[in-house]
This record gives sequence, C-alpha cells and structure tokens, in this order.
Amino acid sequence: MTSALRVIRLFLLMTIALAGACALAKEAAPLAADVVVEKRMVEISEELRCLVCQNESLAGSHAELAVDLRREIRSMIKEGKSNEQIMEFMVSRYGDFVRYRPPLKTTTYLLWFGPFLLLAGAVAALVVYLRRRGSRVAAAGENSGTPLSAEESLRADALLKQNEMNESENQR
Amino acid sequence: MKRFLIPMGLFVVLVGFLAVGLRLDPHEVPSPLVGKMAPGFALPQLASPDKKFSPGDMAGKVWMLNVWSTWCVSCRAEHPLLVSFARQSALPIVGLSYKEVRGDSQFDVSQMPPGEELPLAQKRANAWLASRGDPYMLTALDLDGRVGIDYGVYGVPETYLIDKAGVIRYKQIGPITPEALEKKILPLVKELEK
Repeated sequence: MTSALRVIRLFLLMTIALAGACALAKEAAPLAADVVVEKRMVEISEELRCLVCQNESLAGSHAELAVDLRREIRSMIKEGKSNEQIMEFMVSRYGDFVRYRPPLKTTTYLLWFGPFLLLAGAVAALVVYLRRRGSRVAAAGENSGTPLSAEESLRADALLKQNEMNESENQR
Repeated sequence: MKRFLIPMGLFVVLVGFLAVGLRLDPHEVPSPLVGKMAPGFALPQLASPDKKFSPGDMAGKVWMLNVWSTWCVSCRAEHPLLVSFARQSALPIVGLSYKEVRGDSQFDVSQMPPGEELPLAQKRANAWLASRGDPYMLTALDLDGRVGIDYGVYGVPETYLIDKAGVIRYKQIGPITPEALEKKILPLVKELEK
C-alpha cells in the first residue's frame, strides 16, 4: 500500500516539474512580437555584410554591432521607412562595402566588368592562337609540294613494307 | 625562350596582384563619412553628465574625436600615444566613450535597474583615465552606441579628424600608430589649421 502511494507521489512531483519546465520554455519563445517586422528585418539584413566579422551577413551574425544594427533596422521599419531608405542609412555610414550587391557606379565599374574584360581578353588570345596555328598547318601542307606520282607512291609503299619486315625480324 | 615570356609575364602580374592584396587590411573599410559633415549629437559629458557635448561646440577648431572604451584591448595599446600626443600638441582631443557598460559582455543591461548604467559607466571610465592618464579635453558618453552607429563605428578604437567647418577629414580605423600620426594625421592637421 505505502509503496503504491510513493509511486503516485513521485509521479505527481514529476508532472509538476515538467509543467514548470514547459512554462519556462514558453517564456523564452517569442523574442520579437511582430512577425512581419521581423521578416522584413531579416530580408534586409541578409543583404548586408556584418562589418565586424565580414564573412557573415548582418542577419546571421552574433557580433554586438550586428545586434545593434538589427535593432536599428527594426525601429526604422516600425517608423515606416522603405527598404531603400534603410539601405541608404547603412550605406551612408558604412559605405558600399556593407552591401553584398554593390551598386553600379564609376568606382565599381572594374568590379562589375573586370571578369568580362578578362573573358574577352582570353577569347581574343584564343582566336589569335587558333588563326596562327591554322595558317601554320596550311603552310606546312603547301611546303610538302605536289602529291606523289604513281611510281613514287609504289616506291614509298615498298620502302614502308621493307621497314615493317625488318622490324618484325628484329623482334624475333 | 620567347614562348615562355607571355606565361612568365602573366605570372608576374598575378604575383603583383597577390602581393598588393596581402598588404591590404580587409578591416579597413573606406569610410563614406570622410569629406562629409560630422554627424550631430548631444551626449552627456563624463565629468558632469548634466552638461551635454555637441560637435557644434568645436566649430572653428580642428579637433580629434577618439572613440574608446575600457573593455577595448586595442584602446589600451593606443592610450599612451594619445596621452603623450595630448601633452605636446594643442590639438583638442574629445573622447567618445562607446558602450562602456553594454559593450562589456559581463554586464546585461536589460537586467539592470534603470539609472544604474550611467553611474557605472562613469565609474569605470574615470578609473581608467585616472590610472592611465587623461588625454581628452572632455569625454562624451555614448551609452547605447547610437552615436557610434551614426559615425559608422564598427571596431573600437576609431578616430576622426574634424576641421574648422565641422567636416570629417580623416578616419583612423583601429589604434593610431606612431606612423599614422607622423605621416598622415600631423601633416593634415597642419594643413587644416592654416
């Protein structure tokens, strides 16, 4: 009898402990109440580089400055600022470097068009090389002169055959 | 031999690019604020928090704004240079104490009773200046780092050189080195003070 009571008491205690844990978990869950604001904040901050760690976006960084800047973006969204205005806010303070997609302007022409320049140069080099090679092959063909006459080709065949026989003999 | 000249030339160009790239510090992001007006603010002064400091107070002077905090290790390295520079030069240096309490991971300001952050920041900053020397004309307290954001601060220490019209002329990212002081800051100060 007493052991059964003990089991029940233990079960009750465990239930209470579990309920307490659940209540604690619930308390920590919603950090930002406004889901819409949070979604836009993440959208914007994924486009921005965290200047402290540089290889992380502002959305994914745990750096303290990133936390501050996300808070700043949140409050700007709540103030009704557009994404462009928020971008402008960041760029005016930290420069184009904060944007993962740098804008097209005179200072970034080389960045945007450099790879295409390299490609064009490589293609030009390839064309020049192929043309030279083509003309070299053609020139080699011309130097060999007129095709062999019937007599000459018979002689050439005879020579080649002889050569083959010699080789097979050597192998034995 | 001639056919090796082109690959050799390309190789030299590549090595040149890499050599330059290795010398660049990726943390030195060019500030878009250089050449623009120093952003305005009004922050409590360390010595008397009832009084506020604004960049406008320095109009007509060439001055330096040095962003620092006691938890910042590089600031410790920079500080002796600032102290000796302040002794030998008339250039006013204003300190901006950046997130003195919030920036230190041992404190959680959200758990702190309101009104406790300011006295704690004051206490820490004053103790630091008392033991290491105070090169500053005054120090303004940027407790939450909002002014730091306006100045594009992303790594303390940072230093701004501001001209008589209130335009930022130079930004030092990271500690001021004797070399940067000699070669960049002092010549620029001379030119701006004309």
